[in-house]
Amino acid sequence: MSEPQSSEHQGSGPDYDAWREQYDAAKLRDTPFETMSGVVVDPVYGEGPYPGQYPYTRGVYPSMYRSRLWTMRMFAGFGTAEDTNARFKDILANGGTGLSTAFDMPTLMGRDSDSPWALGEVGRAGVAVDTLADMEDLFADIDLSAVSTSMTINGPAAIILAMYVAVAEKKGIAPDALAGTIQNDIFKEYQAQKEYIYPPRPSVRVVTDMIQYTTGEMPRFHPVSISGYHIREAGSTAAEELAFTLANGFAYVEAAVAAGVDVDEFAGRLSFFFNSHSDFFEEIGKFRAARRIWAKWMKERYGATQERSMLCRFHTQTAGVSLTAQQPEINIARVAIQALAGALGGTQSLHTDSFDEALALPTEKAARIALRTQQIVAHETGVTNVADPLGGSPYVEWMTDEMERQAEEIFAHLDELGDGSILEGVYMGIENGYFVGEIADSAYRFEREVNNGNRIIVGVNEFTDGDDSDKELLRIEAEVEEYQRKRLADVKLARNDDDVARTLAAVTASANDPNANLMPPILDAVKAYATLEEVVMAMESVFGTYVEKAII
Amino acid sequence: MTDQPQLRVVLAKLGLDGHDRGIKVVARILRDAGMEVIYLGLRQTTASIVAAAEQEDADAIGLSMHNAGHMTLAPAMVAAIDEAELDTPVIVGGIVPEQDIQPLLDAGVAAVLGPGASAEEVAQTIRDAVANAD
Repeated sequence: MSEPQSSEHQGSGPDYDAWREQYDAAKLRDTPFETMSGVVVDPVYGEGPYPGQYPYTRGVYPSMYRSRLWTMRMFAGFGTAEDTNARFKDILANGGTGLSTAFDMPTLMGRDSDSPWALGEVGRAGVAVDTLADMEDLFADIDLSAVSTSMTINGPAAIILAMYVAVAEKKGIAPDALAGTIQNDIFKEYQAQKEYIYPPRPSVRVVTDMIQYTTGEMPRFHPVSISGYHIREAGSTAAEELAFTLANGFAYVEAAVAAGVDVDEFAGRLSFFFNSHSDFFEEIGKFRAARRIWAKWMKERYGATQERSMLCRFHTQTAGVSLTAQQPEINIARVAIQALAGALGGTQSLHTDSFDEALALPTEKAARIALRTQQIVAHETGVTNVADPLGGSPYVEWMTDEMERQAEEIFAHLDELGDGSILEGVYMGIENGYFVGEIADSAYRFEREVNNGNRIIVGVNEFTDGDDSDKELLRIEAEVEEYQRKRLADVKLARNDDDVARTLAAVTASANDPNANLMPPILDAVKAYATLEEVVMAMESVFGTYVEKAII
Repeated sequence: MTDQPQLRVVLAKLGLDGHDRGIKVVARILRDAGMEVIYLGLRQTTASIVAAAEQEDADAIGLSMHNAGHMTLAPAMVAAIDEAELDTPVIVGGIVPEQDIQPLLDAGVAAVLGPGASAEEVAQTIRDAVANAD
């Protein structure tokens, strides 16, 4: 038996030397970078450009997970603000530094808990927020200067961000000390998730106002998380997810530049959110292609000069849509494979789905198993020792090129639709049903393949024995709705109605003035305890609403 | 094919839930099965669905629910149908936990289709619901 060898692969050439210098300067985690059998491995193998080098196909940082593992960011929110606050404190007490907030459906749609639309939905899929008082409860006794907060909301994002700023201000924390991300990706709402309020153009004006506001006041806050996740969940292919998402990113860049913000002043604070589905190599190719495309377009088309503006940093979530209601425990295996693809694809953060999510919100046990799954990938598999370990594989490189090729075809189509503007192309594609049509076609094709047996889904159309019906599910009781309505009524009684009316009128006036920024008047309105829906309506009176054409 | 009249099915998303992947697939399945599908789209109310069912002389109404609102919204739909003195069967599809199925049937829902139902099952469930309602 021979002794395990330490392998000190030495690359050569200027790319390698430049990478080596950056790698040597990086702070590394205090852990041995060797296999289970004691073989010392190199931080990267194969050819350049290396991780951290343009166009970043192999990763955004030179040392990748040797310096810092991906953030294990688990999404949570349910019931009342107090309930979720207790969950947050638990997360922080257990060493977490990132909070991730799920809002309930009425909040996501800009409706108050006492709206007829909210019936049966309050606190069910996330936390209910009607006024600043709920936001105060949500973040009670939490030092907002020491955490990073992710808020998954789009249509009413400006109002929720204003509430977050107002809560911090009450705690004596200035906006520039706040770190976090607000999803605020309105394009994918028209394309896939369908949580829009206003028509596309005024909605993008609000997004642009938020980019401007955060550029000036909140340099540690990511104003948009450009999300392909929901596009994929709605049924798109991997390449469509990639292309639609990056095209939306280009569109925001064009909108912000048109509003007078320099590309390098905000592009570095844009981040992405992708799905990780079950076709292992296709997903890895997609992640690698995303980095390469974003870097090339930002540099070549949009003239970015700062490295940060070219980095496609992304969060990944495993594919909820891949989870089966039949034999739900086997979803643990699906999630593990999808999480591994995310890690091999070089993700910056990861949410792993719970095995019972095809049936309901996760139970605590299912959520813990999901977190443990990514901890196994991070700490037991060794994939974090080497950056882009699949780079150089002919199949993986081909798949990366193929994903890029398909995406470029879609960009060319949108560019043509928009007469040389991706922003206009995206507007057009929303108006003429291009995005929803392509997604529905792909979803139907997939369903037919499953239905005719050409695509096997274990437990659904093959290997169906062993599905026991004893499934333990999380139930959310109707009392939450009653409690939340009473809370809202109390806040409305206690506030100064004149202040509310005055500040709401100022929001409407700003909505009417395309040169005004909406954030300051929205901030005043939420501080006067105007409700979410009242602020939404103050803008809706100017912007109107969006009703999707029902296309099958 | 038989000489039975073509079934007319109104499909809708009731309430705020925007998950429309499933209902769009179901719309195409039913169309492929020879039915006429009237898809009303998102954010419908019980009133807008009743109005469409009357106007379109619908044989069945299909609702898709993915947000745990089914226990509130589906019975409200059945009540609205009864109030309008229609006998159109209401079929619910989507994410409905097993223990909720019987209570929904007791509340007057004609059938509940879960994830993984095949195209044939979906079409046959609609046909059966219409046959039972006649």
